[in-house]
Amino acid sequence: MSRLNINKTYKLYIGGKFPRTESSRYYPITNTKGDLIANMCLASRKDFRNAVVIARKVQESWVSTSALNKGQILYRIAEMLEGRKEQFIEELILQGVQKKAAQIEVSTSIDRLVYYAGWSDKYQQFFSSVNPVNSAHFNFTNLEPTGVVSIIAPENQGLLGLISVIAPAIVGGNTVIVLASQNISLSAISFSEVLNSSDVPGGVVNILTGKREELISHFASHMDVNAIIYCGTDQKDLKTVSELASNNVKRTIFYKKNDWLNSSNESPYFIEKTQEAKTTWHPVKI
Amino acid sequence: MAKKNKYFKASWSYDPAPESTDHIQLQKKYDLYIDGKFIKPENGKYFETINPTNDEIIAKVALAEKEDVDKAVKAARNAFKSWSKIEPKERGKYIYRIARLIQERSREFAVIESLDGGKPIRESRDIDIPLAANHFFYYAGWADKLEYAFPNRNPKPLGVTGQIIPWNFPLLMAAWKLAPALATGNTVVLKPAETTPLTALKLAEIIRDTGLPKGVVNIITGAGKTGANIVNHPDIDKISFTGSTAVGKYIQKTVAGTHKKITLELGGKSANIIFEDAAIDQAVEGIIDAIFFNQGHVCCAGSRLFIQESVADTVIQKLKDRMETLIVGDPLDKNTDIGAINSKRQLIIIENYIKIGLNEGGEIFQTDCKLPSKGNWCAPTLFLNLSQSHTIVQEEIFGPVLAIQTFRTIQEVIEKANNTPYGLAAGVWTQNGAKLFHLSQKLKAGVIWGNTFNKFDATSPFGGYKESGFGREGGLHGLKPYVKFE
Amino acid sequence: MIKDSSKVPTYDTLGVIERVNRFSKRSIKNSSKIAGLKLALSMIDLTTLEGNDTKGKVEQLCYKAMHPHDALQGLPTVAAICVYPSMVSIAKNALQGSKINVASVATAFPSGQSDLKIKLADTKFAVDQGADEIDMVISRGKFLSGDYQYVYDEIIAVKEACGKAHLKVILETGELETLDNVRKASEIAIQAGADFIKTSTGKIQPAATLPVTYVMLDTIKDHYIKTGKMIGMKPAGGISNSKTAFQYLIMLNEVLGEKWMNSKYFRFGASSLANDILMQLVKFETGFYQSANYFSKD
Repeated sequence: MSRLNINKTYKLYIGGKFPRTESSRYYPITNTKGDLIANMCLASRKDFRNAVVIARKVQESWVSTSALNKGQILYRIAEMLEGRKEQFIEELILQGVQKKAAQIEVSTSIDRLVYYAGWSDKYQQFFSSVNPVNSAHFNFTNLEPTGVVSIIAPENQGLLGLISVIAPAIVGGNTVIVLASQNISLSAISFSEVLNSSDVPGGVVNILTGKREELISHFASHMDVNAIIYCGTDQKDLKTVSELASNNVKRTIFYKKNDWLNSSNESPYFIEKTQEAKTTWHPVKI
Repeated sequence: MAKKNKYFKASWSYDPAPESTDHIQLQKKYDLYIDGKFIKPENGKYFETINPTNDEIIAKVALAEKEDVDKAVKAARNAFKSWSKIEPKERGKYIYRIARLIQERSREFAVIESLDGGKPIRESRDIDIPLAANHFFYYAGWADKLEYAFPNRNPKPLGVTGQIIPWNFPLLMAAWKLAPALATGNTVVLKPAETTPLTALKLAEIIRDTGLPKGVVNIITGAGKTGANIVNHPDIDKISFTGSTAVGKYIQKTVAGTHKKITLELGGKSANIIFEDAAIDQAVEGIIDAIFFNQGHVCCAGSRLFIQESVADTVIQKLKDRMETLIVGDPLDKNTDIGAINSKRQLIIIENYIKIGLNEGGEIFQTDCKLPSKGNWCAPTLFLNLSQSHTIVQEEIFGPVLAIQTFRTIQEVIEKANNTPYGLAAGVWTQNGAKLFHLSQKLKAGVIWGNTFNKFDATSPFGGYKESGFGREGGLHGLKPYVKFE
Repeated sequence: MIKDSSKVPTYDTLGVIERVNRFSKRSIKNSSKIAGLKLALSMIDLTTLEGNDTKGKVEQLCYKAMHPHDALQGLPTVAAICVYPSMVSIAKNALQGSKINVASVATAFPSGQSDLKIKLADTKFAVDQGADEIDMVISRGKFLSGDYQYVYDEIIAVKEACGKAHLKVILETGELETLDNVRKASEIAIQAGADFIKTSTGKIQPAATLPVTYVMLDTIKDHYIKTGKMIGMKPAGGISNSKTAFQYLIMLNEVLGEKWMNSKYFRFGASSLANDILMQLVKFETGFYQSANYFSKD
């Protein structure tokens, strides 16, 4: 007796909720045979704008969350992902990834989350300094998150690439709006379900699906976004992002790599990319 | 009520105490320092650098055009091959030499800095020049220790760096840019500001005297167009710029899509926050330092003052009293607190903002100081009765003009202080430790001065959040903008 | 009753040091320097407070006070002679016909460790002997243990014992440790009726310093703003040359201004400062740097 599967409706992930795109547009994702897997939301600039508003709103409380707590939340994401490992492997296969590669990608993704969870209460010690100034002041430099970060996620490795750019940004106290891989977007939305069940406050991570060419200029130009991470090598995109970023002196971070698997793709320096050094002075003389 | 500030009028007026200028050596005409030599500009054009106190010409300075920029970049590119490969500790020794030579000639540099830029000799002598020397001394020591600054990353120099320097701290800003660039093995094309080129050219003499390989540092003079030629030159790998946010944005836009890396140290409208539990007298002094240091020509000037309402009257009264004792005048006089405005152009900008402040209903207070008839001068000025929406609260004036607002609660002042596109610095005055650290965390600015203001040090990273730029200068963090990793 | 001492303004030490460094870096030249030297001379409380003081020593000092350097025309005399109570009548006699005051230390100077009755008797004795000014010490032990009321009451009692004599209250700031304590002690002394506040006995190091004096001047300024009443200031101890004295005068000029720039409201407690000032003045007159051999040491 055959049973009809219940197909999942993939929506956007904004502010801890799963809204449809306000534009009501979609684009189809098909398997290699051309069968429809899902209709993905074709997010609009307004969806992006809404996500920025929420990301800004929660950034202050996210940065105030203790480092230990943030670390535990990232670890919790890893736990949740581990529990749904098979689903993610299957989903990657469905999107055309070979089985072996899918298995490696998912387990690496989980490990990467654990890796950054561990940095949560350590990177600050690594990058901070006490500066021996030539006067009777105590002077130290520590890192603070840049703020709200827009991310154009890697187009390939839709899960691992996504996690590799989100994790270092949020563990450092930023909130993010991510444009998922256009073609491997199922994993991104399923990952947002993992996020939603992992104590990550709503709005810390916002995930949109849609087209780069439609959204990139908004990701780069929004005046309330402090930094943009762009993954890719398209010369025109790179120029567009840099040009538009200049309107509010936005920090630009470009990752031109194609493969996020090996361990050179994880380090505290990825966290440092979306951090600002703050130096504090105080007299010490009595 | 009588004007209270008159109660404490100083009666003992000090006779002029001018710093002697007879030991300084200035030429009538300066050429471009390219490839280890002073050479004439291709097109033979020169411009004048003016003493802002009397509009007299101090010297003529070469105007570098496209061909000259190209020559300088070629020299720097050529020098990079060997400079990036010499023993790091030898590289350090050259930089140590620069530090020492500045120290030896510090008095001459101080006088020229004040002569050319209008800042009081007290500041150029006690702050600009020693800090510049310290900066070279600090980064010299890093040259052979870069692996410890960036463990496991194998840092490499970027190549040819183009450095564009502002007119407010001419030698110091040159030091901030040159020292880390050289320590990390880069070569440099540096352009001082058109109104204050002299100490950079004197620095070129020092660099020549150190025996630094030719072409490692090239110093070319000119105005905005020369700067644009540097920014646009295809063979430059890195642009370091200190100056206005508008120009910073232009540079960021211009280099878009190229391989060039940039560091921007831009404008500010820094908040200076006085709580009721502050050491009020030092806070007042801090306000003075924050806004009147270097005539307010300071990117991190504490130009927005926030005073808690319960002490506002006291603070404002004490501030006015203190302002009256500021001596405005000849920058070369050792007793001068506030010197000349750097240029006619800047004076017009400042005066225009004062007009705007008045037109928008601000209540002005200026001291009674006598201003010389010739030259560019502006009396220490403050504005009361302002709110966040006033133009002089929002825009950078870059002059001795303070915009004062009051506040009631901590939350309110944090919101107001952060309510700006800038994020360079902030000052917080309170004797309550928890409050100080709370503010320090919440204020979106790259430098927080707790119970002090406008302090700088070679070991202390400096740079902004938001539209005040990115990248840091000073300290360990100041190395990073000049290296790349594998 | 003493006013709430918890509301006394607080100071940041480094900030005060930076502020006074600004005064130290002023450069005084030419006629303003000559005017300053003469002013400083007129503000001196020429002091001898030694166990081995004798009639002869005090009389010599008084002569010096009246004739600082006869070779130089138009010099002011010093403001006062400052001696122990036992030397007051000798000084008074020696200074007859001059306008120079006699100041006497009292109240178990320098430690202040005695009973109030004895301190009052000490004070009355000095006044009876003819002292125009009394330099009392506060009870630092009581102050540091938080018994501000005791310190306050004691000053009031001594002030009463002074009668017409002016009261200078010595805080002995070298024992108070913090600038906040200096402010607090200054307020107590002023509230209790001090005509002058004075830094030090000269017997404890550090004696007068610029930061401490700055805080005391600031207290005087605030008191004047509040009440309109002018209190005098006397740094004492360690001010031995005119360069140092000028740093104090510049500070006085820029903090309190012209009303205080006279011996009625500002004094230097010093012994060797006078000769240094004289050497400077003669240098101006002659153009030659001077030797101490040409100036009488009394």
